[in-house]
Amino acid sequence: MTEPISPQAVPVPEPGAAGDLRLAGISKTYGTVRAVRPLDLTVEQGSFFALLGASGCGKTTTLRMIAGLEEPTTGAVLLGGHDVTDLPAHKRPVNTVFQSYALFPHLDVHENVAFGLRRRGIRSVRAKVGEMLDLVQLGDHARRRPHQLSGGQQQRVALARALINRPRVLLLDEPLAALDLALRRRMRLELKRVQTEVGITFVHVTHDQEEAMALADTVAVMNAGRVEQLGPPAELYDRPGTPFVAGFLGTSNLVEATVTTTGGDEITVTAGGVALRVPAGRCPRDIARGDTLLIGVRPEKISLTHADDTGTGSGGVGGAADGGGSVADGRNRLTGRIVDAAFLGVSTQYVIDSPVRAGLEVYVQNVDHGRGPWPGAEVVLHWDPAHTFGLRDEPAAATGGGI
Amino acid sequence: MSGTPAPTPAPTSALAPGQTPARRPTATPAATTAPRGAPRRRRRRAGPPLVTLAGLLTLCYLVLPNLVVLLFSFNKPDGRFNYTWRRFSADAWTDPCSVAGLCDSLALSLRIAAWATLGATVLGTAAAFALARHRFRGRPGVNALVFLPMAMPEVVMAASLLTLFLNLGVRLGFWTVLLAHITFCLSFVVTAVKARILSMDPRLEEAARDLYAGPVRTFLRVTLPIAAPGIAAGALLAFALSFDDFVITNFTAGSAVTFPMYVWGSVQRGTPVQVNVIGSAMFAVAVAAVAAGQLVGRHRRARADRRAGTPKSWHEVAS
Repeated sequence: MTEPISPQAVPVPEPGAAGDLRLAGISKTYGTVRAVRPLDLTVEQGSFFALLGASGCGKTTTLRMIAGLEEPTTGAVLLGGHDVTDLPAHKRPVNTVFQSYALFPHLDVHENVAFGLRRRGIRSVRAKVGEMLDLVQLGDHARRRPHQLSGGQQQRVALARALINRPRVLLLDEPLAALDLALRRRMRLELKRVQTEVGITFVHVTHDQEEAMALADTVAVMNAGRVEQLGPPAELYDRPGTPFVAGFLGTSNLVEATVTTTGGDEITVTAGGVALRVPAGRCPRDIARGDTLLIGVRPEKISLTHADDTGTGSGGVGGAADGGGSVADGRNRLTGRIVDAAFLGVSTQYVIDSPVRAGLEVYVQNVDHGRGPWPGAEVVLHWDPAHTFGLRDEPAAATGGGI
Repeated sequence: MSGTPAPTPAPTSALAPGQTPARRPTATPAATTAPRGAPRRRRRRAGPPLVTLAGLLTLCYLVLPNLVVLLFSFNKPDGRFNYTWRRFSADAWTDPCSVAGLCDSLALSLRIAAWATLGATVLGTAAAFALARHRFRGRPGVNALVFLPMAMPEVVMAASLLTLFLNLGVRLGFWTVLLAHITFCLSFVVTAVKARILSMDPRLEEAARDLYAGPVRTFLRVTLPIAAPGIAAGALLAFALSFDDFVITNFTAGSAVTFPMYVWGSVQRGTPVQVNVIGSAMFAVAVAAVAAGQLVGRHRRARADRRAGTPKSWHEVAS
């Protein structure tokens, strides 16, 4: 996993060149607990990188090792090709926005923001601080103390305090976790705007998949101390590499199936007697007949049709072979009964029990005025096979999944 | 909290200082802040009369002895004893040092208190950091031992210190008193400073390190300023305890006479009015210091509020 992480990247001379941040085999062990397993990562200069994972997955520890606040058990941290592993935190050109902001309570906003400049012996800080406060839209709050600010304002001060130093890499440790939903959404846009404006590499740790997808150019999904998969958000969403990623990044309908035919661009599987087609390119390599795969499809990719309208009767088993009704040929289809429907405004979320698997989720856009099917209705779930993906029912290899 | 039924819908009559009626929000989102602040303002305006009465009585109980001392500092007693009011005189105030030995003892007490405060604060702060921040062998033991002087009866500590000094063959006087005072002041400083350090967010120091402050600058620029109120509280406590100590001082002073010892000795011979003068002056200084602190704090807050404008509500972030 030493290849450049972003495929649509501008031509990069070599990994570790320019101003890239590189983690080489970095790991952290506390006693017998392995917080972070040996990890290789390259974060391109100027990119917005997100480490996404549940709490305790090692993402904050990784961030602290980059900051120099935690010493790695093995491995090295490289900044633009220079090994900074042995540099103490105060000598690294890296700054952090802490989860609790950690604003100095005895200093006002101006002095908080000026702190880093003053420590580096820069005398005339007024103009720079003013400029930075304007960037985060707190220009008229310079003389307030941190406790006089709201959560969102404190968050901005923490951001300004770190950014003013023009670090090579800005680390953000769950910076939006303490804010309420509306504010979080707004600050998310704000963060993205600031990053675009200053062009500094951002490494953002979060457990919020929506936040990671909205902000980052590249997302690394961490689980149990290792990276399960990394790539651009759309790619991770579209083609998750492991069941964990499929479940953590959005929701997925996963169905266990057995491979019946391989070869060519498409493989065929059966799940509970129903034949489903999966593009070979969206499956793990080296698939053989008889292998067990998890077949997945995202809830919003599925369309629902009343069983009566499809002209296939209520049978549905092996329904993919039948045509007719309003379901076009060549689509994957499953039958089921709606057990729950929740109106969410933009869409309606259906929970459907199918003979193949109970509790399949389907989101249907509320395009029409008419009500959709009611709970209890027999429906056919159908979708374009191109949206199907196949996964092996096991975690990724220990080094983490590549793209 | 805001569930208390109130006859008046909005506390418009009870505006906090600095708030003008025009600023009262009506239906803006900021109106959500109004109910939160309202009950406090209402309570300040019209507390139950019993609470006020109890408060006043307690205050009287605390202040009355001081007022008596103040009153008798203006007395001109006929004999040696200043226990009955004769007539008004400001003689003692105009010449407090006229009584032999009084001002010398006061100077000695102030000197000892100053040095004891310095010694106990420096040592106690260092000890508090060690106890709060580092794990070392015997830490629980040290924690208990530091607490001991506070818990131990003073006379026991006095006797043991005297035994120690006699056995060591040290001449009793200024230095033995100073050492003894540092010993018992230390535990108060350690307790006050340790509490402050333990309540401090360790991320603040990490943030300082992250912002290019080395270990020394992190300590001087972040740790120390944040611990300062605890250190100041410990120092004030140490000064008051040392200045006022009689039992331990009496055991360890030898021929030296501190102010409390002078007062104690003079009680039998007849306390001069000047003792009341010194006592009242001390009380006045203490009250003035507290009042000054309050005023400075209020001024600072007001200035910060003025600079910042009216506090905005949680959601009202510029965007």
